[in-house]
Amino acid sequence: MLTLSGLSKTYKTGDTALADVTLTVPEGQILGLIGPSGAGKSTLIRCINRLVEPTAGEVTLGKVNLVGLGKSELRRQRRRIGMIFQEYALVERLTVMENVLSGRLGYVPFWRSFLRKYPGADVQRAYQLLDRVGLIDHADKRADALSGGQRQRVGIARALAQDPELLLVDEPTASLDPKTSRQIMRLLTEICAERGLPAIVNIHDVPLAQQFMQRIVGLRAGRVVFDGSPDELTEATLTTIYGEEDWNEMRRGDEEQAKAEADARERMEALAQ
Amino acid sequence: MTTQAYPTTWRRPPQIIKNHHWRLALQVGILVYLVLAVSTVDVNWARVYEGLERGQRFIMGFLQPDFTSRWKDISQGLVESLTMTLTSTVVGVLISIPVGIGAARNLTPRWIYYFCRAIIATSRALQEIIIAIFFVAMFGFGPFAGFITLSFATIGFIAKLLADDIEEIDAAQAESIRSTGASWWQVVNYAVQPQVMPRLIGLSLYRLDINFRESAVIGIVGAGGIGATLNTAIDRYEYDSAGAILLIVIAIVMVAEYSSSYLRKFLQ
Amino acid sequence: MTEISHYSQVWSHRSPRGRLMLWVGWLALVALFVWCWKLMTADTIWFFVADAPKQAADIGSRMIPPRWSYLPELMQPLWDTINIATLGTIGGVIMAVPVAFMAARNTTPSATILRPLALFIIVASRSINSLIWALLLVTIIGPGLLAGIVAIALRSIGFVGKLLYEAIEETDVTQIEAIEATGASSAQVLNYGIVPQIMPAFWGITVFRWDINIRESTILGLVGAGGIGLKLQASLNTLAWSQVTVILLLILATVVLSEWVSARIRHAIL
Repeated sequence: MLTLSGLSKTYKTGDTALADVTLTVPEGQILGLIGPSGAGKSTLIRCINRLVEPTAGEVTLGKVNLVGLGKSELRRQRRRIGMIFQEYALVERLTVMENVLSGRLGYVPFWRSFLRKYPGADVQRAYQLLDRVGLIDHADKRADALSGGQRQRVGIARALAQDPELLLVDEPTASLDPKTSRQIMRLLTEICAERGLPAIVNIHDVPLAQQFMQRIVGLRAGRVVFDGSPDELTEATLTTIYGEEDWNEMRRGDEEQAKAEADARERMEALAQ
Repeated sequence: MTTQAYPTTWRRPPQIIKNHHWRLALQVGILVYLVLAVSTVDVNWARVYEGLERGQRFIMGFLQPDFTSRWKDISQGLVESLTMTLTSTVVGVLISIPVGIGAARNLTPRWIYYFCRAIIATSRALQEIIIAIFFVAMFGFGPFAGFITLSFATIGFIAKLLADDIEEIDAAQAESIRSTGASWWQVVNYAVQPQVMPRLIGLSLYRLDINFRESAVIGIVGAGGIGATLNTAIDRYEYDSAGAILLIVIAIVMVAEYSSSYLRKFLQ
Repeated sequence: MTEISHYSQVWSHRSPRGRLMLWVGWLALVALFVWCWKLMTADTIWFFVADAPKQAADIGSRMIPPRWSYLPELMQPLWDTINIATLGTIGGVIMAVPVAFMAARNTTPSATILRPLALFIIVASRSINSLIWALLLVTIIGPGLLAGIVAIALRSIGFVGKLLYEAIEETDVTQIEAIEATGASSAQVLNYGIVPQIMPAFWGITVFRWDINIRESTILGLVGAGGIGLKLQASLNTLAWSQVTVILLLILATVVLSEWVSARIRHAIL
């Protein structure tokens, strides 16, 4: 269980990214974080594993408060939190297998990671995860030889290799096309369900969030302005989250995309006949 | 699904040379070369040990440089180096412009092209110091030989880059000017000049920087400048004066690098 | 055609002030040039300058034909020259790597003390030509290959260090962040996040510098630091111009060959 209480972040420039955020994520829950860009979504999830240092408040995972931990203790706690990134953030010039195994870095001593001599169990787990995300045949390829969707699958496998108790997911589909986006979201939710893994997912795309998330939190200017189930997300609440213009803008963009998708589907069906 | 079915070991596949035998051959080859190369280095350790004391004195000289006792020689050398740098850059760039245009395939007839490319190739292939040896033999000792050397080296540098730039300019722009019925001179003036001018200025400033560094070296073979002063100081084992000269050279290079990057930003 | 006389007949693309500044700038440059020229040529003996074409013709006639029988004698010095360049490059790169990591903003252990120190090492090494390093080292550790190797190594630190630290600063932050997020130690972040990203740059810079070092090591012998330059110096001292021709042609061939090799290797890496 993850508890955030009174979490705040003010950057050196004086911009307040987060103001007094309090949230509880129970075991097995997939929480979607929505809000306009600049609302503090990225800052929020980076404050949890302290890639960004929070200015005030507490982050409690299980029984441990992550804020205020020393350097080596923080490293040990980071192992418990898997993270998936918007631009995949794979190390492009390493092989797929090395990228997955890098999820074990917090567990193995330096010499093992340097010589790529990971314990047998770690290698087996890595193969199993690659099989789960459907990339077992690509283990020896370099990461930059993969497509966007494949890279994100490697990113998921890397996060899972940590044996995490929590997944932080930052805009997982922002660089993917609509079809691949849905595949990735489906894989993510399935895996979380299999393991009873809680997850916080930053997501820009409201329909996608409504389709896959169990709970939605709306962030606006660093504050929680909505917290509820996807069905409760009405036109009015979306307007409070995004503001009048932004929301209409987004909906229009979404309509266009839906039209394009429908058009493509029709054409495919026509071809199939 | 159990984990038992998956392999427990993984080896990073080789990235560049995939063939096992070739890789082994290459590794052995490198090892053999290194052993051979190191064995040719015949070190007289007694001499090195003796030299340690001098090395220490040099480091002390670097930390406590003596600017005053040889200041007359140092200032003379500096004036020669700085004047040589400026005049050779200006003259070199002025000559580079016709040579560079001549060496651009898209602007000139074949025979001029080959002639200009030959000038550039000679200038680039020979190092400043070797050119300086010849010019000192021809013009006698002193900064004039250095000036000629650096001018010649500048031609190879600037004309080559200028010619490559002109060859890469947007052909459509040159075409559109030509189609208005412009003469060759007008094409150069309207289509080529505006496109390569900013880069020419940037390159000239960069070359000014290089010419100063080189002017500190060619004095060793008698072409004047601060290099000659440095050579004398080291020959006399006056490491504190040598340290002072080196510090001045480093300072001037730093200032030149900083101000030329500032100027380049300002002019573009 | 309607009346056009109410348009200005003068057109210029710069403001009058800008044009003035430009002219003043050019004028100042010309004045500076004239002044420098005066200073520089104050002690020039113009008789020698006027005599130069005759001298050139004289040297030229002595250089041809080249004395090809001298060639076998040059093989050992050539081998030495290549070794100076290669071993010097290896030594320089080994010293440059820690300097580069100290100089890069994102990896430096201390931005207040070590970074300025590393930057100074880079500038000092870059501003001093390898020939000057060799000159110093020959008086300190005696003439021979070692002085040449150390000179090349010291000169390479600045070049490799500068390009490498720029490559380190240009690494993709999210890849490093992702490795940090797994709970990796800082040595592991270096090994997995940073090193793979700079590897192509590293090899490219090293091979490029090796190519330059071959060029530079051919002349180190002029000050006694070994290699083919020793032969050049000896031939110049005895005014054996026909041997000088052979040496220069051999240097030229070596330089062209090393340029070709380095281009091939860099092409294979990238």
